[in-house]
Amino acid sequence: MRDPMLPDRYAIDRVTRDTHDTFTFELTPLEEKGVRPFLPGQFNMLYVFGVGEVPISISGDPGAPQRLVHTTRAVGTVTKAMERLKRGEVIGVRGPYGQPWPVEAAVGGDVVIVAGGIGLAPLRPAIRYLLARREEYGRIVLLYGTRSPVDILYRRELEHWRARLDLDVFVTVDRAADDWRGSVGLVTTLVGRAPFEPGRTTAMVCGPEVMMRYTVAELGRRGVPEDRIFLSMERNMKCAVGFCGHCQFGPAFICRDGAVFAYPKIGRLLTIREV
Amino acid sequence: MSTLTLEQMIASHPFFGGLDESMLRSIAAGARQVELPAGETIFHQGESADRFYLVRTGRIALNIHTPRRGGHTIQTIEDGEILGWSWLFPPYRWRFDARVVEPVTAIEIDGRRLREQCDLDHDLGYELFRRFAALIGRRLESTRIQLMDLYGVSH
Repeated sequence: MRDPMLPDRYAIDRVTRDTHDTFTFELTPLEEKGVRPFLPGQFNMLYVFGVGEVPISISGDPGAPQRLVHTTRAVGTVTKAMERLKRGEVIGVRGPYGQPWPVEAAVGGDVVIVAGGIGLAPLRPAIRYLLARREEYGRIVLLYGTRSPVDILYRRELEHWRARLDLDVFVTVDRAADDWRGSVGLVTTLVGRAPFEPGRTTAMVCGPEVMMRYTVAELGRRGVPEDRIFLSMERNMKCAVGFCGHCQFGPAFICRDGAVFAYPKIGRLLTIREV
Repeated sequence: MSTLTLEQMIASHPFFGGLDESMLRSIAAGARQVELPAGETIFHQGESADRFYLVRTGRIALNIHTPRRGGHTIQTIEDGEILGWSWLFPPYRWRFDARVVEPVTAIEIDGRRLREQCDLDHDLGYELFRRFAALIGRRLESTRIQLMDLYGVSH
């Protein structure tokens, strides 16, 4: 049996600087078995040799699995070391792990995707998946909020999505100079403006926990049933396979039972400080 | 094609949903439809606040200007939202500049007249203050969350 803690080696094929502190790697496998298939919402453990390992969501297209795409924000020791890696260098990859976004269960209804900051990265595979099967869904709405115009992630892709006639894209920033022509305000304010039928909507939400709490409240105010709201949670993950307990969240392990959860499973825990 | 009356337009705006008919009539008596082109300044900070707007479509930026940092947009008001509550409270002066970013269709309501009506009809006054208090509360909540700078650090 394969050792679940043993990483595969991947070469960094391309590095893209997304914002001042965020970058994207495109990785190709050095092992013959290639890239393991993944579902939207799953994550990999990325290993910077000699430094450490971190969980990073897969942000590429599940329909184009020849390469792995990971968007990372440089905030800690490992991710800052990762930021210094260059094209051609090798990185370790374990995965994919975790539960996916409910893209199958959402078929036939409207889908509202709410992303905050780098929370757009774990949702990008879901958006790509939905768009590849566009006729299977009702309205698809993307609500994205971030700090300021220069912090907008995947800007060109957002512009491309916005130009489509079958996808509603709303972007807002928390602060902007007065030459910004877009929206300013919390991402939660977009929930009230977005066109969707609440009773037949599945919502997928990813961002800072506080933002997700208020987003859930706004979705509830619009009438989206709680059991159709899904959140992606973040905790300190180490093993990623439910052994070590570092990411325990009440009765669940984020790595194994999440990171995507239906809101009723974790809603009560979100307001308990000790969890 | 049917044309909505002012009363119907006001009733269909999310802010005034479910409002009593006589109250709608009182509000509509001091209301008019407006279309505002991009670039137009609706009001400046410090000017007398004597009206408010039910935005139907478009985008309005609330701006504040500081000598060293230039102009900043602190919030945008868009479809189905309300522009202006300074007309409700002394000293009845606008706190920010309001500038049209994307062409706006709206209903402009005479705030001074409505204040006088509220003094005469306390039920109307209570209903208006109840709705504006909820609006102000939600904007305060949003501002507090924005102050946390959620996307700046890990939360």
